[in-house]
Amino acid sequence: MSATPQAQKLFGHAEENNYLKCSSGIKSWLFTLDHKRIGVMYLIGVTFALFLAGVFALILRSELFTGDENFLSEAQYNQMFTLHGAIMVFAFIIPSIPAALGNFVLPMMLGAKDVAFPRLNLCSFYLWMFGTAFLLTAMLTNGLDTGWTFYTPYSITTTTAVIYATMGAFILGFSSIFTGLNFLVTVNTMRPKTMGWFKLPLFIWSLYATSIIQILATPVLGITLLLLIAERVMHIGIFDPAYGGDPVLFQHFFWFYSHPAVYIMILPAMGVISELISVYSHKKIFGYSFIAFSSVAIALLGFLVWGHHMFTSGQSQLVTLVFSAITFSVAIPSAVKVFNWLATLYKGSIKLVTPMCYALSFIFLFGIGGLTGLFLGTLSTDIHLHDTYFVVAHFHFVMVGGTLTALLGGLYHWWPKMFGRMYNDFLGRVGCFLVFVGFNLTFFPQFVMGSRGMPRRYARYDPEFEIFHQASTIGAFILGIGILLAFAVLVHAVFFGRKIGGNPFGAASLEWQSSSPPSFHNFDHKIHMNAPYDFSAMVYDEEMDTYIQRDFVTPETPEVPAPEPTKA
Amino acid sequence: MLNLIGLLAQTESESLVPAAPEYRDGSYWFPEAASSFAKDVDPLFMLIFWVSLVFFAAIVGFMIYFVIKYRDRPGHKVEKSASHNTALEIAWSVLPGFLLIWFFVDGAAGFFNMRVTPGDAEQIQVIARQFNWEFHYPNGDATTELHLVRNRPVEFVMESRDVLHSFFVPAFRQKQDVVPGRYTYTWVKPTKEGIFRLYCTEYCGDSHSLMKTNVHVYNSQEERDQATFYPWEDETPIKNGQRLFNMKCSGCHNNNDVKKTGPGLGGIWGKMETLSDGSTVEVNDNYFRESLLNPGAKLVKGYANQMPSFQGKLNDDQIFWLRAYIKSLTPNAKIEDELNLPASEAREKVDTADGDKPAAE
Repeated sequence: MSATPQAQKLFGHAEENNYLKCSSGIKSWLFTLDHKRIGVMYLIGVTFALFLAGVFALILRSELFTGDENFLSEAQYNQMFTLHGAIMVFAFIIPSIPAALGNFVLPMMLGAKDVAFPRLNLCSFYLWMFGTAFLLTAMLTNGLDTGWTFYTPYSITTTTAVIYATMGAFILGFSSIFTGLNFLVTVNTMRPKTMGWFKLPLFIWSLYATSIIQILATPVLGITLLLLIAERVMHIGIFDPAYGGDPVLFQHFFWFYSHPAVYIMILPAMGVISELISVYSHKKIFGYSFIAFSSVAIALLGFLVWGHHMFTSGQSQLVTLVFSAITFSVAIPSAVKVFNWLATLYKGSIKLVTPMCYALSFIFLFGIGGLTGLFLGTLSTDIHLHDTYFVVAHFHFVMVGGTLTALLGGLYHWWPKMFGRMYNDFLGRVGCFLVFVGFNLTFFPQFVMGSRGMPRRYARYDPEFEIFHQASTIGAFILGIGILLAFAVLVHAVFFGRKIGGNPFGAASLEWQSSSPPSFHNFDHKIHMNAPYDFSAMVYDEEMDTYIQRDFVTPETPEVPAPEPTKA
Repeated sequence: MLNLIGLLAQTESESLVPAAPEYRDGSYWFPEAASSFAKDVDPLFMLIFWVSLVFFAAIVGFMIYFVIKYRDRPGHKVEKSASHNTALEIAWSVLPGFLLIWFFVDGAAGFFNMRVTPGDAEQIQVIARQFNWEFHYPNGDATTELHLVRNRPVEFVMESRDVLHSFFVPAFRQKQDVVPGRYTYTWVKPTKEGIFRLYCTEYCGDSHSLMKTNVHVYNSQEERDQATFYPWEDETPIKNGQRLFNMKCSGCHNNNDVKKTGPGLGGIWGKMETLSDGSTVEVNDNYFRESLLNPGAKLVKGYANQMPSFQGKLNDDQIFWLRAYIKSLTPNAKIEDELNLPASEAREKVDTADGDKPAAE
């Protein structure tokens, strides 16, 4: 794109000044305070974690191809599923969308230069590195075989490296808190004056809700893990029944964080999907305020349902009843989002490009993930399904079918902004298709074997479950290939993709008013304050091969009355 | 009838080589329904299933329809439509709520059936430990497989000797964690005879996936008595030891030389073992006794110190029987004559031969 005066006015002076090129050398990255570079480093980090834990998953699935021992002893299998879970949850899913995509996009969506505390932001990334290093240390020294849940008293008595791993999770918790804190302050203080709460893009709402959870819930995890370490080292008698402690108390503490953490994982994903559905339908999101408030509702209700992980744990029946009731209430805001996304498609102009394929795939998979939650929230059916593969399938549909799908969709959506180049859309869609097919083949059979009674965390299993496990293993490899292809297409685009303009998709939120890739300062020109979903204000300009503001083309004709932002 | 095969298998269940039991198939979504709880779980599961399927079909149906109808193509433009509709949105937020209330109430009713034990239930004590189940019956018998009588409600009073476990019989649709440091309770009323699987469903360590056993349901008390009765005094110490081994040791030790969580105990008698500190020790009566009562004292190289002490949990008779059985697992170990006598006579012989005799080699 030649920097014509018009382009400069619209997208700023980038080219030589962009954040990737403005300085060079390894130090310029390691000591950067630029949210965009930190976002990219986070992205590389979490992708590494995803691949590592993904390889563990494939090893697990290969071992499970038959019910007897293939190549892992029971102890090795237990270590493998523990590390798969711990790395996926703590080092990948929790930071994935907020810390990688959110870091890059959030300040730009606000028209800001950076987050409120750039140094804290870099610190958060280094904490992520240290925390992950501790997890890997646990893996390389004595291993870890407690499951990612660290349930006591097994985690007190096992000889594996529980202390390294819990230190890792503890440090990763702080990384998460710092990101959340940063986002809250940024959204509160760095919005342009004219951008009220109801003019924020929905991705910001979801990140804001996520940040609230990160700040309020994560400290509880930190305290719990410290208590666990103290119990292991000093036998303080809080969780260990041998010293008068109560192992069920650990479960309460653990899930008080880890259930809200589920929403740390899924809320940002829902935010991404709200953006994608709207942009690629080229239509204002339907029911903005319902979607926005549903994020907040989910965040708050998410704090009140931890006991549904403990229906069979021996907690009192009355408590169990209350938790079941509140659990159902979380179903409503989730369903509201799905209905609103569908209504957004209605009468839109739907472009089936790669990010949109991921978004539609998300609705499908999250639909199954959410609906199967009903079986688990219902008490009598949960007693049967608890701790079986039904649960494994359910949370993978939400975490992988939901969060990972949304992450990939979001990456494909913002990739041209991040690197200024277009990916191969055909191969992108092939990747999406493989992920979709592989995912369903992997996890759908797990529902069936689960309700037939296959317990989770089993290294060996009975012959009647073999056919389901084999389908699942084949699916896992297809899923693996799909994810590899998806990332390969993205990486290829960085080096060989066609260069593109500032706003290739006609999106209306502010980050698209920067050049692609953005300049170091994000915006070194005056930003045009669009409503985030007012696509009628965008018009395609052939000369520049990008969308620009209609106002800019015909300055004196504001013929389209901008749809009024809804005030609830 | 498959039941017949099941019954045949039962009589063999506690013998040296358990016959492979015949498990019956269930429906597509469920294992066979064999307790009174199936009516609380299965129909509700299917109700939620069909309601979910209708919603899911509608969501995906509308999605596909919209994507085809409103796909971006030359000449197609975004049509004007409302950007919100409060009445519609409130409707689709509130109306599904009634279905949720239905699920909740129905599920809670079933749950209370599963958690409130009827007064006339018989009590079975359940002891869970890594990686074995032990069931104690009202008449004093104990087994590693669970034996029940059809149509008789039974309450399980469960305790764990080490970490968390969970008692799960898919065919009964019943599950309850077993928590160390407290008792937990659950109950069932089996409605069908046959053999069913019992799993541990709370991760409990290395051989978690092997912590499973069988549930046998009989038509009458007599059959159950036959299956659980064991005349300790009339059987030989070796046979008694084997029964104890199956109940208390087999979770971590094989009776051959294959390594499990702990070393295999076949063929070890008289062998020199290398310990974790590099020294060696001969496996004999005293080492056996010490390993049982103070397992960490002389740890064989390559194994973690994770065996619980059996101090106070086994009486002298039981230690004697176990020693007899372990010894019998080594083909050329010398077996004293009394180990092949009925236990009551063997005890007399040992007792009269004076206490300080370290059971000669």
